[in-house]
Amino acid sequence: MKKALALFLAILMASALCLSGCGNSDTLVLNVYNWGEYISDGSEGSYDTVNEFEKWYQETYGQKVKVNYTTFASNEDMYSKLSSGAVSYDVVIPSDYMIARMAEENMLLPLNYENIPNYQNIDDSFKGLYYDPEAKYTVPYAYGIIGVIYNANEVEEADTGSWDLLWNEKYADKILQFNNSRDAFGMAMYKLGLDVNSEETTVWDTAYEELLKQRPFVYSFVMDEIYNMMESGEAAIGAYYAGDYFTMKDAQAEGVDLQFYYPERTNYYVDAMCIPTCCQNQALAESFINFMLSEDAAIANAQYTYYASPNKVVYENAGYQEEMGEEAMNVLYGKVEDFTTQYNENAYRNLKPETLDYINALWETVKIN
Amino acid sequence: MKITSKLYTALIFIFLFAPILVLLVFSFNEAKSLSVFSGFSLKWYQELFHDENTLESVKNTLILAVAATVISTVMGTAAAVGIHKLKNRWYRMAVNTVTNIPMINPDIITGISMMLVFVFVGRLFGASTSLNFWTMLIAHVTFCLPYVIFQVLPKLQQMERDLTEAAMDLGCTPFRAFLKVTMPEILPGIITGAIMAFTLSLDDFVISYFTSGNDFQTLPIRIYGMTKKTVTPKMYALATIIFFVTLTLLLLNNFVESGEDKRWRELKKQRKIRLKRSEQS
Repeated sequence: MKKALALFLAILMASALCLSGCGNSDTLVLNVYNWGEYISDGSEGSYDTVNEFEKWYQETYGQKVKVNYTTFASNEDMYSKLSSGAVSYDVVIPSDYMIARMAEENMLLPLNYENIPNYQNIDDSFKGLYYDPEAKYTVPYAYGIIGVIYNANEVEEADTGSWDLLWNEKYADKILQFNNSRDAFGMAMYKLGLDVNSEETTVWDTAYEELLKQRPFVYSFVMDEIYNMMESGEAAIGAYYAGDYFTMKDAQAEGVDLQFYYPERTNYYVDAMCIPTCCQNQALAESFINFMLSEDAAIANAQYTYYASPNKVVYENAGYQEEMGEEAMNVLYGKVEDFTTQYNENAYRNLKPETLDYINALWETVKIN
Repeated sequence: MKITSKLYTALIFIFLFAPILVLLVFSFNEAKSLSVFSGFSLKWYQELFHDENTLESVKNTLILAVAATVISTVMGTAAAVGIHKLKNRWYRMAVNTVTNIPMINPDIITGISMMLVFVFVGRLFGASTSLNFWTMLIAHVTFCLPYVIFQVLPKLQQMERDLTEAAMDLGCTPFRAFLKVTMPEILPGIITGAIMAFTLSLDDFVISYFTSGNDFQTLPIRIYGMTKKTVTPKMYALATIIFFVTLTLLLLNNFVESGEDKRWRELKKQRKIRLKRSEQS
């Protein structure tokens, strides 16, 4: 009896090891780590990017690929998972400041751009930005600009146009502020014309004073809750990414008329594809990145996420332009021309840990005030 | 007084169930919004069943939950029998306390410490990825185990030791005596333990988050990933389905337990009657 049991357990263990270890040796595996809801995934009849890649790869190279596609909710989540060394990924898509940090910590592999011929479709304005000045680690995937969203049925046209709207006493208890220190302080600093990447505590103190002035008018501090509050008309003014404005507008309630504008200075960000050093198959990863830049996939992703694409084959495509409509094209792509200068001036960069601590301490007092 | 107590009960139920009710109602909403109900539709349920990634993560969650339930139920029952048999009281209490640690430990500590162990072992063997399905399974079994033991042990204590001994006197091997006599007696405890293990494993986010690898993502982790953008109403549909599945399991569990309690009471009554009769005669 005991022997039989021992044998059974031994077999169980062995098969478990085999299942995890051996796998199917003639199938290549590609591990992709991306933001949630950040790729066209076949829902609502859309293009299934991951599936199409697997199909395309097999047709082109006669080799089966299994893509393990997993998602993260923040750059910091992604960073901690990757730096723990617990898991290896082949392609990750973090935001700019995180890429700068990873490059600094030697967590990224230089790309072989010969394997990514579609890289030429990326507009030059998006190459060599501060997080990757020599353009050797990254391929930009999407970018965004923060703007002000307001309900035109409650806000007078004359009050709009600048950050002052979010400090306007008239709309007290209708204003939403970001629930994270970097974006909230950023708003005050853009308004005052301060450098958002300053390491001087006095600069942050000035921004802090400005946030205190705004505090009595703020209805709530939000991140993704902003969708419901704006759509329902519960709040009337908030700042968020241009792409998300269209998601909100699609779902706005009756009697709510959401509109959007860019203040003079505002935040720019870029999310880019890169290959971490733990990558197991760089050539395969590069062919995935190249596929993401190909016309069908890139357009599908841009349509699905509503974020602006740095890819010329997307925004110069007539079908895409028609699908998005004139307003969306203007809002999303109106700033391509001077993107590089605006971006390098206004994007958030990594701050020293002491500065971050200082900001967070100020931020806590803003919120409890 | 009566009104206050009724009001109090009503309030409790509102707080408990209003969020679920909102979710349920809006899963049938035609629009994408959580604020405006624009008409009844099964659209999101349809969407859900076409969303391969979400279905994949549901499948993963179920595979993991079933595997973790089976393993932790078998191990937990064996452990409970073992603990019950320990003669030394202090020793028994010590073992009992140690097995309860994963239950009282905050999830986040269990999660992080397990991740560290897996990474350490993985590095030892030079693996590029030390977290995968198996590490998640080990983690889930670990936190489910004490709940099974917790449910089975009292059943063993309620049972009369003589029964198993009698069976062995009559020629059963200990293992057979366990299967034929002990097992049927403690079965309700085992079932309750298994159901608890299943629902816990199904729900778990924190521990899964720290021990998940790159090829196996469970539903809670996927939903968490969606919070950067807005969570789609598909998830309301899914949550509604899950809610009803869990509810059914719970009702089933209560049904089993109440039946068992009745049987237990009757058994005691009969025994008393028998005792009285033997005294009289």
